[in-house]
Formats: sequence, C-alpha cells, structure tokens
Amino acid sequence: MSAVVKSPGFHSSELQSMLYLNGVTKSFDGFKAINNLSLDIAPGELRAIIGPNGAGKSTMMDIITGKTRPDSGQVRFKDSIDLTQYDEADIANLGIGRKFQKPTVIETLTVWENVELALAGTRSVIRALWHKLSSEQGDRINEVIKLVGLKAKAAELAGSLSHGQKQWLEIGMLIVQGPELLLVDEPAAGMTDQETMETAALLKEINREHTIVVVEHDMDFIKALDSKVTVLHEGSVLAEGRLEVVSANPRVIEVYLGR
Amino acid sequence: MLNTKIFERSAIGRLLLADKAGSYLLMVLFAAMVLVPLCNLLMPEGSFLHIPTYIVVLLGKYLCYALLALALDLIWGYCGILSLGHGAFFALGGYAMGMHLMRQIGERGVYGNADLPDFMVFLNWTELPWYWYGFDSFFFSMFMVAMVPAALAFVFGWLAFRSRVTGVYLSIITQAMTYALLLAFFRNDMGFGGNNGLTDFKDILGFNLQSDITRCVLFALSALSVMLAYILCRAIVSSKYGRVLVAIRDAESRTRFMGYRVEHFKLFVFVVSAILAGIAGALYVPQVGIINPGEFGPINSIEIVIWVAIGGRGTLFGAVIGAAAVNYAKTYFTGAFPEVWLFMLGALFVISTLYLPKGIVGVVKQLQDRRAERNAPTSQGAES
Repeated sequence: MSAVVKSPGFHSSELQSMLYLNGVTKSFDGFKAINNLSLDIAPGELRAIIGPNGAGKSTMMDIITGKTRPDSGQVRFKDSIDLTQYDEADIANLGIGRKFQKPTVIETLTVWENVELALAGTRSVIRALWHKLSSEQGDRINEVIKLVGLKAKAAELAGSLSHGQKQWLEIGMLIVQGPELLLVDEPAAGMTDQETMETAALLKEINREHTIVVVEHDMDFIKALDSKVTVLHEGSVLAEGRLEVVSANPRVIEVYLGR
Repeated sequence: MLNTKIFERSAIGRLLLADKAGSYLLMVLFAAMVLVPLCNLLMPEGSFLHIPTYIVVLLGKYLCYALLALALDLIWGYCGILSLGHGAFFALGGYAMGMHLMRQIGERGVYGNADLPDFMVFLNWTELPWYWYGFDSFFFSMFMVAMVPAALAFVFGWLAFRSRVTGVYLSIITQAMTYALLLAFFRNDMGFGGNNGLTDFKDILGFNLQSDITRCVLFALSALSVMLAYILCRAIVSSKYGRVLVAIRDAESRTRFMGYRVEHFKLFVFVVSAILAGIAGALYVPQVGIINPGEFGPINSIEIVIWVAIGGRGTLFGAVIGAAAVNYAKTYFTGAFPEVWLFMLGALFVISTLYLPKGIVGVVKQLQDRRAERNAPTSQGAES
C-alpha cells in the first residue's frame, strides 16, 4: 500500500471530504443550538471536537445521524450524499456509526450477541428470521471482541459489564457495523485514568481503517489522541488546528476559563 | 436411537432442547390434549376418572386464553409493545368464526329464513350485506379469522410505529382502538347482531356443537394450537430477529443507529401476534357458543396483560401459566365470592408488580437458584 493513502479503505484520490457541513443552523424555540456551523472532515482523519456544555456538540451529532433535521445548511457525506434526506437507519446503512454519550448496549443480551446484532449485513425482517451465522462472520465477531478487550466476557450479559467495558463494547459494535465514519460522543466520560488512556489508544488503532470524529471534554484524552482539534462555542466553530495552537488562542482561553 | 438423533438435529428439536420449561409445558399440553377427551368420552359417568363436559369446555376456554396470552407476551415481553387492545384482535377472530357459524344455521333459525340470520330478519333487512358474502365457506371464514386481525394490526401498526408512537401513548391508543370497535359493534346497523352479538350456533362442518365429541375435538384443537403457537413464538424469539426485538425493547434508538428499521420489525411481530389472537378468538367462540361486543371491552384487554404479568413476562411459558392460573382463580372466585373478584384481580396485579416483578415463573426460578446456591458450596467443598 502506498504511504500517501492513510488507510487502504479510502479511495482518497476521488474523495475530497468524508463529512462536510456548511452553514448549518438549528434552533429550538428560538435558541440557536447550532449557528452557521461549517466543518470539513477529510477521509481517514481523526478529529477531536471540544467545547463547553451547550456548545452544540450533541445537536451536531443528531443532525449528522438524521435524528434532527437542520433548519438550513448543507450536510454532505462522501462529497455527494445529502444526509438531511435520510433517517437514522438509512444513515447507519450508508456507513455512519454513532456511539452515544451514555453507553448504550443491549443489557439483556450477551456481549457476543450485541456484537452479532451490530455486525454489518442485511437488516431485513425476513432475513433476520432465517439468519444463520457463517463461520467468517463468527470469526469477525470474535476478532472485534478481542480488539476491544472483552474476550473473557463474550458470553456474559452486557448488563453485567463495568461502565468502561460497556463503552468498549459499544465501540466494538460500531466497528463491526463497518462504517466509514465513526461519531464517538464522550467515550472517556466516567472512566478511570487508565481506561481513558486505553480508550485513546483503541480509537487510534481503529482510526487506521475508519474516519473518526470524537467529542470529548477530557483534555488528557484529547492530548493522547494527538489529532486536529475543533473548538465549538455557541453553535459555531471558534478555533481549529493542533491542540497546542488552539489552546494558545485567547478566545478559546476566555471561553473555557471565563465559564 | 435414530429417531432421537433426528429430533436432536431438527430445528424444532434444537429449539426445545434449549428450552426445558417449554418442553415440560408442551408435554403437559400434549397429555391434556389426549387424556381430557379420553376421560370425557370413554370413562363412565360417576367414575372418578370421568371428566364432565362442562370441565372440558372450561379447560378449552383456558387454552384459548393461553393462546391469547402467548400472543401478547410475544409483543410485550420481547418487543416492549404494551398493547391494551389485544382483545380486539381476539374478538375479530371470534366474529369471523361466529359469522361462519351463523351461516351454518341456515333455515333452522327462529324465523326459518335460509338466506338471512335471525337478527337481520328482525331488523327487516331484505338482503345479506356484502361483507357477509363468503362466510358460508369454512375455508374462506378461516382465512378471514387470520386476515381481519392481521389487516387491522397492519394498518394500525403501520401508522403508529412509523410515527414512532411508543410506551404509554401506544398503550392508550390501542385501548382507544378496542373501545372504538366496542362502540361500533354495539350498533345494530353494523350488521353484526348489535349488543346481542352472534349466537344460537347449531353445528360446525356438520358436527353438532352440543355433542361431547365435537366439544372434545374443539378442546384438542385448542391444545394443539397452543402447542404450535408456542413453538412458533419460541422459534421467532430464538432467531436473530428475536434478538433484534429485544434490542428494540431495551434500546430502541440504539437499534435504529445500528441500521435496523425498527418500525418494520415491530410491524411484523405485531401482525403475527394479532393473527394468533384472532385464532384464539375463533377457537373460543364455538366452545362458549356466543360472541358479542363485550369481548371488545377495554377491561378484557387489560386482563390479558394481567395474566402475562402474573405468569411472568418475556418467557412465553409464563404467559400460558398466568392465563391458566388467573382464569382458574376467576372461575373459582366468581363462583364463590362474585362481588370480590375485581378487587382480587386488582390486588393480584398490584402484588405481582410490587413483589413478583417476574411473575410466577420468576419466583420458581428464584427458588431453583437458591437451591442451586445451597448445593454449590458442598460440591466445591468435596473438590478441595
């Protein structure tokens, strides 16, 4: 593989941007949660998005994944797909995976079954009724469970996992979904320092094959990711660049320290 | 030897080997299917093995309720759809069967009119409404027993699930649905016999409905239907489809973000459940001999939920046990202390919600686990 292409999965020569937001605005009862937001994520990129509470991070995720429709603006996936035309299930099948802020796994199913449900493949009712797992699919599930460090827990109910383990399981579920773009909402929330570092390493590992957008508060985590950072404030981009540069920006310091 | 191997390898065999409680339940149902008719028909009256006909009918009724409870547990226990209007599908299946039985009466009615049922003659109607056409045919009627509830469930489910109506709101509109049907079926000009409903049935496929043999056959068919429905439901919930249902129940939006069309998954199971409820109604009507709008009553639908809750939600066999247990209690108490039954029912629901969240089945399982725990340390001690 050529060194220019960051990941073998991307046709970088044709694709300009993985995710492109332009002038997106969304208000709730007059309050502008997202205000003329523009964002451009390149294929293969790992992007961290930070911002104080109420900066519009979650609303942005909702708009990208089809849960919320923007009032105006463009939301494009892989240059040409207009995401505002689709709903959650469509967008998931187009190749965008989302990890929620609160770990959301199916607690009454086992770790293995959780990953099985998320595994890429048909989503039709009839096929699900007659579905039989192929050995390759089984291997893929085991592989991902191992990647997220839950091999010993595969047969246990997801509800019995610790908070951090649930976060990893959910990340594993996202990976097997085979998305090109992963949206990860506060993966380190509620984790111990060591778990936080492990999660950062895991995301960097996953980034070798997937474009990732991470929303996070934890500065140590952002530092460990060592990626480009976008700072959101009051629904629009305040600053963008390497963490060292961004954190020296006086506006950013004011927003973060002025709170 | 060969036979057991084939059984173990067959799809149903694998299903049942993994479901011990379900296998016991099927054995009990099978035994009842064979023994109850035998004890009724072959044992002489007065023998202590003799089962009187009224008990056969009563047990047959319980089986219809068990089938109805299974239908509800499939959607409520596994997909979180709390329908408070499932009695409507039961009643529609019952009406479809009742219409066939009415057509079978022919000219033996009070007015001796071969073309019109008695209540239409009484209302001075001159011809049969178009929607009664075809009910002379047994097979068409059986088709409608499944299709009418299925069609209502499809249209209702399509609208409700597509608009993402969930939880309490869904429960309320299902209740409204059955109440609306109750009011509609009370009207004489609907052409379903008004508040008297359909009754005075004579025979089915030429067999006298009052005869012991017919009653025993109906009982056996009810038992068989519960068994088949149980296997069907177990197959559904054990498939990947069933795991998607559980995912929808526990984390609906997560399931959407995994790319599953939640509304399609809900709609399918809702329609299957409605068909099972319709079949239960169709088996019920020839055994009790009447179907009237009272079956659409909101209270009936709520009772189904209570059976499932008391038996143990999300287990399938719990639904069957709950339906049988609560209805036995109902038979007993409405006979012994008729005025306290509704209070009892309410109390049962409150008690089961507060103290037995997993129903009778949950209590049994708890006791088993406790016993296993008590035995576990001794076996460990033996090893060390």
